[in-house]
Amino acid sequence: MPPRITAARTTSAGPMTDLLHRVAERGDTAAFRDLFEHYAPRIKSFMMRQGADPATAEELAQETLLTVWRKAALYSGDKGSAATWIFTIARNLRIDRLRREVPWQELPRGHEEEPSCDPSPAEQLLGDEETARIRTALGDLPHDQMEVVQLSFIEGLSHSEIAERLALPMGTVKSRMRLAYQKLRSAVEDPS
Amino acid sequence: MTAISHHPDASTLLSYAAGSLTEPLAAVVAVHLDMCSQCRAEVARLDDVGGALLESLPPVPVNGPRPGLSLDSLRHRPAVEQPRPVARRGHNGPSPALLKLAGCELADIKWRWLAPGVWHKPLPLSPGVTGDLRLFKVGPGQTMPDHGHGGAELTLLVDGAYRDEVGLFMAGDVADLDETVEHQPVADPHMGCICLIASERKARYKSLLARLYQPFTGL
Repeated sequence: MPPRITAARTTSAGPMTDLLHRVAERGDTAAFRDLFEHYAPRIKSFMMRQGADPATAEELAQETLLTVWRKAALYSGDKGSAATWIFTIARNLRIDRLRREVPWQELPRGHEEEPSCDPSPAEQLLGDEETARIRTALGDLPHDQMEVVQLSFIEGLSHSEIAERLALPMGTVKSRMRLAYQKLRSAVEDPS
Repeated sequence: MTAISHHPDASTLLSYAAGSLTEPLAAVVAVHLDMCSQCRAEVARLDDVGGALLESLPPVPVNGPRPGLSLDSLRHRPAVEQPRPVARRGHNGPSPALLKLAGCELADIKWRWLAPGVWHKPLPLSPGVTGDLRLFKVGPGQTMPDHGHGGAELTLLVDGAYRDEVGLFMAGDVADLDETVEHQPVADPHMGCICLIASERKARYKSLLARLYQPFTGL
């Protein structure tokens, strides 16, 4: 495809988002390979926590990255960081798959994972920086708020399923989510 | 154009962005997002939370790009998928998500009679999904069928208006009510209303008339 004429970015959007911009603008296969190596293992991890067996999780990770390649031309900086855009693709594929195939395996009760907290480079700007700021804010959430966010995003549980899992009233689950969201939101809006 | 004044709860939007909202509720949120730029911005922020959590997950090894996905084959990238024309409109235009759900324009819906002044149109859900998603058309001044709140429920005003103990609901507004709230919406005395109601559980419409007609309508 002919190179699209775009204004040169003078600032970096962070390593991952820069890679995605290279795939979006030039169909850069080396950049795609790097994205694949970084995200496919994380998407596989995500799908397994959502209840997919390893083979299905692998397939969905492959499909997610293939979709990233195919749709890269639709990506632009206003769609968020590479992590955000790729997350939405993975999430949508998971929803589609769940609608077609009901029997995913039931996860054992009490299955809980804390995110790893590898620090992100401080010099990132825009795209990756926003993701990193949210990661920091997630790390600062009280355990009970982080727990409902994790169960929702990573394990795919509905409000009532979370209430049941944690033996809490639905209203408590919702208010923890609201509190978590307020904190995450202010972290993005007023970076300190 | 009137501003939307009732939005889904932050916890509902969070669950939507997480992909964890049950299908009928997610359908209502999708229609609201077509009509509400404010909530679209909230969901975009929440997508960032998903991105940040994805970054945090410990990687599980994958077998590299599968054979059909060799880097050589990628060099010949298929024709770029063009962006769909931006379909979102102000909330006076039809919501693309709603057209998709209903399968036709609002004006072409084949309504089924439910009770005097009340018609409905159940919408299909994926196999195995529990819950209920349906459109209601309520005549001017008519009371919405009471169905008791069991589990989560979302109501979106598609057209017209209704009023209840909470306030006035107009096109694009969402009632995201706690299950403990008892309310009795009455359709606008001039316009009536059309609304989209999703329940996480199978709905039980329990007004005397609805109960009377339950054997015939399957509600």
